[in-house]
Amino acid sequence: MSKVTLKVNGEERMVEVTSETPLLWALRDTLNLVGTKYGCGIGLCGSCTVLLDGEPVRSCTMPAEGLEGMEITTIEGFHPEGGHPVQRAWNEEDVAQCGYCQGGQILSAAALLDKNPDPDDQAIDQAMTGNICRCGTYPRIRKAVKLAAHYKAEQGGES
Amino acid sequence: MNRDQKKQSTGEPDLKRRAFLQVSLAASGALIVGVGWSGLAMAGEGAGQTWAPNLYVRIQPDGRVVIVSKNPEAGQGVKTAFPMVVAEHLEVDWKNVEVEQAPLDDRYGRQAIGGSRGTPDGWDDLRIAGAGALFLLKQTAALQWTVGVDELTAQAGVISHPPSGRSAPFADFLDGAAEMPVPEVSMLKLKTRPEQFGLLGKFVPGVDNPAIIHGKPLFGCDVRRDRMLYAQYVKCPSAGGKVRSANLDAIAKQNGITHAFVVEGSDNLSGLAPGVAIVGNTWWAVNAARDALEVDWQIVQSDSSGEYANAAARLAAEAGETQRHDGDVEKALEAADTVVEASYYYPFVSHANLEPQVATALYHESGKLEMWAPSQNPRGARRLIAETLDIPPDNIDIQLTRIGGGFGRRLRHDYMVEAAWIARVVKRPVQLQWTREDDMKNGFSRPAAWHHFKAGLGSDGRMSAFDHHFVTFGRDGSTVSGASLSPGHYPAGLVPNFRLRQSLIECNVRTGPWRSPGHSAYCWAYQSFFDEVALAAERDQLAFRLDLLSKAYGEPPLDLERTAGTLHKAAEAAGWGRDPGANRGLGMAFHFDHGSFVSHVAQVKADGNRVKVEKVWSGVDCGPVINLSGARNQVEGAIVDALSTAQLELTFDGGAIEQSNFHDYMLATIDQAPEVEVHFIQSDFPPMGLGEPPIAPATPAIANAVFAATGVRIREQPWRRANIVI
Repeated sequence: MSKVTLKVNGEERMVEVTSETPLLWALRDTLNLVGTKYGCGIGLCGSCTVLLDGEPVRSCTMPAEGLEGMEITTIEGFHPEGGHPVQRAWNEEDVAQCGYCQGGQILSAAALLDKNPDPDDQAIDQAMTGNICRCGTYPRIRKAVKLAAHYKAEQGGES
Repeated sequence: MNRDQKKQSTGEPDLKRRAFLQVSLAASGALIVGVGWSGLAMAGEGAGQTWAPNLYVRIQPDGRVVIVSKNPEAGQGVKTAFPMVVAEHLEVDWKNVEVEQAPLDDRYGRQAIGGSRGTPDGWDDLRIAGAGALFLLKQTAALQWTVGVDELTAQAGVISHPPSGRSAPFADFLDGAAEMPVPEVSMLKLKTRPEQFGLLGKFVPGVDNPAIIHGKPLFGCDVRRDRMLYAQYVKCPSAGGKVRSANLDAIAKQNGITHAFVVEGSDNLSGLAPGVAIVGNTWWAVNAARDALEVDWQIVQSDSSGEYANAAARLAAEAGETQRHDGDVEKALEAADTVVEASYYYPFVSHANLEPQVATALYHESGKLEMWAPSQNPRGARRLIAETLDIPPDNIDIQLTRIGGGFGRRLRHDYMVEAAWIARVVKRPVQLQWTREDDMKNGFSRPAAWHHFKAGLGSDGRMSAFDHHFVTFGRDGSTVSGASLSPGHYPAGLVPNFRLRQSLIECNVRTGPWRSPGHSAYCWAYQSFFDEVALAAERDQLAFRLDLLSKAYGEPPLDLERTAGTLHKAAEAAGWGRDPGANRGLGMAFHFDHGSFVSHVAQVKADGNRVKVEKVWSGVDCGPVINLSGARNQVEGAIVDALSTAQLELTFDGGAIEQSNFHDYMLATIDQAPEVEVHFIQSDFPPMGLGEPPIAPATPAIANAVFAATGVRIREQPWRRANIVI
């Protein structure tokens, strides 16, 4: 076991983990941040998506130990007041069915819009293909990403 | 014929007429309104209680209205749709409505997700609760203001008397309403027609959205208790296998492990299977310790996909057992101008809920068991746990967490009984979290089947005969769960000569209901074969199907008019008959299951054997739509689910499922999803559920479009067997 200091949602948090412990389980079991979900454990479904220095990554296959000094954002820490264009669009388009994957979807969509403020269907598909939705809300995800892009443009790109 | 007409015509007593209201005032000053049942409905569990409301509405002095949602929520939208029905009839502003998830409680009656029954079952009670509460509030206002109740109006939580200009919020009448004599249900004004609705039929976002977009705890795996431990439960990969021995001492010494023990379990494949429990301080510690686990399993069966296929080939040549025979199929086939023959096969598939099975349990020294779990039928879970642990059902409390995908998997409660058993041993709160591999290998698969069809065509281009040999799975002479086919299923009743024969392959693995059980599998076979028959008859697909739906022989297997209505709707929206362009094709299918009628038209674009489903147009008749958002979402999602599942298969070897995770059972991703355009036919038939009906016709509509675009007729799933790539 080793002690690792992680910067999660803007706060320094100390966790004691083995060298293999994935970030997902440090978040869930040690820090009680349960918004990040376990789906497959092999980085294929995207339920465990978090932002690492703003980039979407799969926390289920990434050892926590190597992440000291990096900014980790989980769905709980992503604009907790709900003002982000992606969160607003996700609510208004009513994307979720069961909702289990949606935290990961939202973070992937936010990262896409940071790079591409006006993505077309192809760009959305390419960026979101690593996030599986078993309920099949994909048509709504496309709509919500476009609505979020619109809201973001209205805000002058600030979010 | 709608449900109410059917009841009248059969003389069946209408239990709903015996629904009654109960009203009380809480200490907080809130008016509590519940709907109870008298008569037969009380005879089951929960009988003997003085008051059995199956839902609660709480109107608070601050103007907020709290509606208890009794059914579990798995993404089918009931937690939003049901309260909308109450709000519509109570005439309150939706933004003042709060929804509370009920725990398992016998006073609520049915609390389950299955058979798309939530909406039809809840419709009357929800309307009675809302309209009943409003009736009492208006009566109170009329008394206080000494005016006629008929002169009062209600809107957005305010009662007004237009002649005098008086108005006051509901809160002013709560005390009085609690003292009013409750009305007979027949005195209430229940809305039935879409044009009467204000809130119903609108696009209303889900009540849990704020929690979902912020990652707040909602799901089974989000439950956290003081001093909680984490567990995994290792079972024999070959279903039913028993533990001879395991290296428990070595496991118990691993870092962070508190317990390792063998559970003897039972032979019940849906119950507590034999296995090894590993419990520790974190889930990851348990997972790491599991790598060192060595178990000597006693295998009890060795089913394999190869043997299934051999048996299926052998049985195909046999007569099978006749389930139904109308007219004389053999004679009619001989007399037919043309006979079309084809066989279809679909494999076993997994529910693959994105949230792997999970349950949290705490066993108190007093003998009380507390549980938190995603369950589609918590009462069934409680029964299983009570029987297995030999404890009284009354000692078990179950809180219903939001379900990370149901699809029928959580009608089985193996994970809950495992958690309960482990909790009793460890005497601390414990969360059992299956791995994805546990989930894939211990699922209750939708059974495979082979369909052998022969259709005779007359000179009029109609089917004169339909001969169907259904080769499916059984045990002890009966079909296994999820493997049956009703002899009343169309095209029975739509052709003058019809025969259904059935053969059973011995099956010892776990099977179960999978979203729209049966329909979601065999509709593809029927509607693809209809495509083949229509082509042989040189007829347009729409005309052929409408003609099929134009005449019944005996009792119609489905409402012909409503089915045809959805087909017209989808075809019109898609512009059926147009040329879709080079390498593109259109395909269609209709279906009826679980009370609702759905037809789809799909358009695909082919690039060699690679196919992109561009768009699907849907015609849906589920009666009046309650929540437009939820209803559309079910149709969109079902189409993606259909496309996804048609590319997948589970195979067995040595009694075990060979697939283990998404690398060899990969669900559809966003780039494969079509655009979906849904058209609802609004009618005043009672509203029906929509969690299941849209999926069945989606697979054949797309497969038929693939044929139109490529000339490849898909007769086997997964579609890669036909060399089609999505």
